[in-house]
Amino acid sequence: MEHPPDRVGNSPFALASACFRSASMTASLSAHPGRLAFMTRARLRPWPGLVVLVAMLLALPILVVVGFVFVPAGEVWRHLVDTVLVDYVSNSLLLMLGVSVGTVIGGVGTAWLTSMCRFPGRGLFEWALLLPMAMPAYIIAYTYTGMLDFAGPVQTLIRDLTGWGWGDYWFPQIRSLPGAAVMLSLVLYPYVYLLSRAAFLSQSLCVLDVSRTLGNGPWRTFFTVALPLARPAIVAGLSLALMETLADYGTVEYFGVSTFTTGIFRTWFGLGNPAAAAQLSALLLGFVFALILLEQTSRGQARYHDTGQRRQSIRRLELTGWRALAAFGFCMAPLSLGFLLPAGQLTVWSITVVDQRLDAEFARLALNSLGLAAGAALLALALALLLGYGRRLLPTRLVRAAVRTAGMGYAVPGTVIAVGVMIPFAWVDNSVDSWMRATFGVSTGLLLSGSLVALIFAYLVRFLAVSLQTVESGLAKIRPSMDEAGRSMGLRPAQVLRHIHMPMLQGSLLTALLLVFVDVLKELPATLILRPFNFNTLAVRAYELASDERLADSGPAALTIVVAGLIPVIILSRSITRSRASV
Amino acid sequence: MTERMQPSPPVRLAVREVDIAYGETTVVRNVSFVLETGTIGCLLGPSGCGKTTLLRAIAGFEPITQGEILIRGQRVAQPGWMLPPERRHIGMVFQDFALFPHLSVARNIGFGLRSMSSPQRRERVSELLELVGLSQAADLFPHELSGGMQQRVALARAMAPRPDILLLDEPFSSMDAELREQLAREVRAMLKREGVTAILVTHDQLEAFAMADMIGVLNAGTVHQWGTGFGLYHEPADRFVADFIGQGALLPARVLDAHQVRTELGRISSAQPHGLDTDIAAEVLIRPDDVLYDESSPRRATIVERAFRGAEFLYTLQLDSGSEVLCLVPSHHRHAVGERIGIRLEADHLVVFACPCAGSQ
Repeated sequence: MEHPPDRVGNSPFALASACFRSASMTASLSAHPGRLAFMTRARLRPWPGLVVLVAMLLALPILVVVGFVFVPAGEVWRHLVDTVLVDYVSNSLLLMLGVSVGTVIGGVGTAWLTSMCRFPGRGLFEWALLLPMAMPAYIIAYTYTGMLDFAGPVQTLIRDLTGWGWGDYWFPQIRSLPGAAVMLSLVLYPYVYLLSRAAFLSQSLCVLDVSRTLGNGPWRTFFTVALPLARPAIVAGLSLALMETLADYGTVEYFGVSTFTTGIFRTWFGLGNPAAAAQLSALLLGFVFALILLEQTSRGQARYHDTGQRRQSIRRLELTGWRALAAFGFCMAPLSLGFLLPAGQLTVWSITVVDQRLDAEFARLALNSLGLAAGAALLALALALLLGYGRRLLPTRLVRAAVRTAGMGYAVPGTVIAVGVMIPFAWVDNSVDSWMRATFGVSTGLLLSGSLVALIFAYLVRFLAVSLQTVESGLAKIRPSMDEAGRSMGLRPAQVLRHIHMPMLQGSLLTALLLVFVDVLKELPATLILRPFNFNTLAVRAYELASDERLADSGPAALTIVVAGLIPVIILSRSITRSRASV
Repeated sequence: MTERMQPSPPVRLAVREVDIAYGETTVVRNVSFVLETGTIGCLLGPSGCGKTTLLRAIAGFEPITQGEILIRGQRVAQPGWMLPPERRHIGMVFQDFALFPHLSVARNIGFGLRSMSSPQRRERVSELLELVGLSQAADLFPHELSGGMQQRVALARAMAPRPDILLLDEPFSSMDAELREQLAREVRAMLKREGVTAILVTHDQLEAFAMADMIGVLNAGTVHQWGTGFGLYHEPADRFVADFIGQGALLPARVLDAHQVRTELGRISSAQPHGLDTDIAAEVLIRPDDVLYDESSPRRATIVERAFRGAEFLYTLQLDSGSEVLCLVPSHHRHAVGERIGIRLEADHLVVFACPCAGSQ
C-alpha cells in the first residue's frame, strides 16, 4: 500500500520551510487542484473577499515601504548617501559573505557526516545539531561578549595562568564585524544543515554507486557527485540564513557594526526622518527580494536534481580511528559553540542573579511576553485557517495570489515591517486627532501607533507565513477523497470540517500555535520600535540590560527565551527522527 | 427490515442522455443506461474515457450539463442543479479507500450511522465486520491494516448505512494483479449477500467480468455497448468493443448474403441476419478460440509470434494474404516461430462489420 500524499510536509525539507524563515510559499496543495471547488462555491461567497482583504492588509507595510522609492529623496537621504550608506552596504555584504562561508562549511560538512558516514555520536548529532536554532543571535552575542571580554572568564584565566596584565597580550575583539559573522554563523548554520541533509538523504544510492564503480573514492564522489546534486538545496538553505542575517538587529547593534537595520533605527530615531528610514528600508528590501529569488529558483532547480526514489537504505561509510575523531570534533564544534557553551554561561549567570532578578518585574515581563505571544499566535492561527481553507476550497488565481502575498512578510526584516507599520498608523492617528480637535476640540493622541494593536499587527505581518505553511501542509495531507467520503456518508461541508478535518489537523494546529508563539517571544527590533511606552518584554529587557553592560542580569530573560526556543527545535528533530524511520 | 418487504421499484438508477463538460471540453456525451435493483453494473473503459467522471456525477461530486440522473425515481441531477452528495443516500468506495486515519476500524464503519441508536449501531457494525471477515480487527487503526483489509473496511463503511446505490471507483486498482479477480469475486459475493445495488468503475475487463452483472463499455465519453460480459465478448456492437474486449483479429471478408460471409479461411454463417448489404467488403472478428489447430487441414499459416500461457500457446499466425489471426493451441503442440501449421476455422456465430475502407479499395 502506498499513500504518497501522506508524506507531503512531513519531510524535514518541508518542515524546515514551514517552521523557520522560509519565504517561499510552496504550493503544497497543488497535488489536487480544484477538486473540492465546485460544490462549496455557492456556500462560501464571502470567503474570497475576506481572504483578499486580509492579504491586502498584511501587505500594507511592505507596500508602504516600497512606495517610498517613488518619494523624492530629501536632504537627509542625500546626507546618508554621502556619508554612511556605503558603510551600510559594504558592512551588510561583508557580513553576508562571512555568514555564507561559516554556514556552508558548518552546515554542509555536518550534514554530509551525519547522513552518509558512521561514527560515534552520529545519531545524537543528527538532531542535536539543530539546537543552536533555539539561540537568538543577539543573545549568543551577549553571551560571548560576557565570556570573552577583558573581565570575562577566558581572559581572566589567561592572565592567571601567564601573569600578564592589561595590554600585555593580544586577544581577538569579539565586538567586531568578523565577530558578528561568527555569531550569526553559529546560530544560522542549521538552515543549511537541514536542507542539505534532506538533499543528501534523498539522493539515489545508485547515482553514488555509479560514481564508485567508475573509480571515484568516497571523498571524490562527495565532491564530484553528491555536492553538485545537493547544490540547489544548499543554496536554498544559505539564502534563508542570509535573510536572517539581513534581518538581524540585536547582534550588529551590540557589536557596533553599522548595517541597514541599525541605519534604519538611527535615521528614524536619531535623525528623526521617517521618509529616509523608509527609503533605507526599501533598499534593504531589494536585497531581501534578491535572496527570495535565489531561494525560489534553487528550489525550482532541485526538481531537476531529483535522482528518483530512494529504495535501498543507506550504507553509511564506516569511520574509524582519527577519522572518527575528526568527524566527532567537526560536529561537536558547532554544537558546543552554538549552544552548549552559551546556554551554560546563561545558566551560570541566571543562578548568580536569581535572587535579585526573579522579582515582580521579571514576572511582569514574562506575563507581557507570554500574553503578546499567545495573542499573536492565536490570531495568526485564525487567519491561517481562513486563508488556508480559502485556498483549499476556492483555488482561484485571485485567492492563491492573495494567500501568497499574505505569507510574504516572513522574509522581511522586523525593522522594515516596523517602519512600514508605523508610517500608515501614525498617519491615521494624526488625521483622526486633527479632525477630532477641529470638530470637537479634543485631542485623541496616538490611538493606534503607540498601542499593542500596532505591535500585534506587525507580528502578524511577519509571522503569519509560519502558521499558514503549517496549516497548509496539514491540509494538504488530507486527500480530497476524505472530504468526499464524508459527504457521501451524509455530512454537510461544515460537518466535514468539524468531524474529519479538525481531528486530523490537531497536530498541525498546535504546531502552528507553538511556532508563532516562540517567534514572537524572540522577536526584538519590531518590538523595540512599536511597543507602547513603558511596555517591556523579555527580549527587550534582555537587550536593554545587555546594552547597559549588565550581562549577568540579562541572564534569566535570555535563558527563558532560549528555553522557549527549544520547542520548535524539538518539533523539528522529532520530524527528523520520523523521516529517518521512513528513509 | 420493513423496507425489504415493500416492492422496490425495479429501476434503481437511471442515467438519461447525460453530458458532462468542463468548460469547452465535453468529457461525457449523451450517456444513457438503467440499473435494476439488486444488480451490479460496471463502467468499463480505457483511462480517460470519462467513466470516473460519470461515477462522480452519480455520486454528486460533478455537475452535469445535459440530461438527468434519477436514483429510485427521484431526480438527483439536471443541468444547473444537483442534489448534494450527502443527501443522495449513496455509498462510495474510493480508489485510495479514504479511511479516516484517526478512527478505528469499527468507528470508520460506524461513521455513517449517526442517526442510529448506539446499540443498533453496534449491531450493524459487528454485522458488517463479520460480512467482510474483520471481526478480529475492530479496534485496529487503518495504518495497521494490509491493503486488502483496508479495502474491505472501506467497503463495509460504504455499505453500513444501507445506501440506495453503492459506487466503487477502481476499487482494486491498488491491489496486486493476481489478486484482483479473486477479490472482485469475493466482493461480489458480499454485495449479493446484502442485496446491494452497485456500480463499479474499472479499466480491467477480467475484474468487470468477475464482478458485474451488466457492463457498459465507454470510450471517449460515450457508451458503446451496454450488456452482459458474455454478450460483450461474443456479440460486440462495434469495432471498439470488439477490439477492447478480449483478444482477436479482424479478418477481411466479403458478404455473400444476409447470413453468410466468405473469408480467406472459408465461409462463416450465422442463424441471425447480420444486416449488411450483399457483396460489400467487410471485416469479421475472429477470436483465438475460433481458430483450431488441425495438422490434417490443407489450410496452412505461418507462426509469426508465440506466447506461452501455461496450458496453451497463443500463436499469432500470418495467412497467405498477409492478414493475421490469433490461435489458441494446447501447450503440448509446440511449434517454432516461422513454422507453418494447419488450421481450421470453427466459428459458430458471426461478428461482422462493414469495412471502413470499402469505398477506397
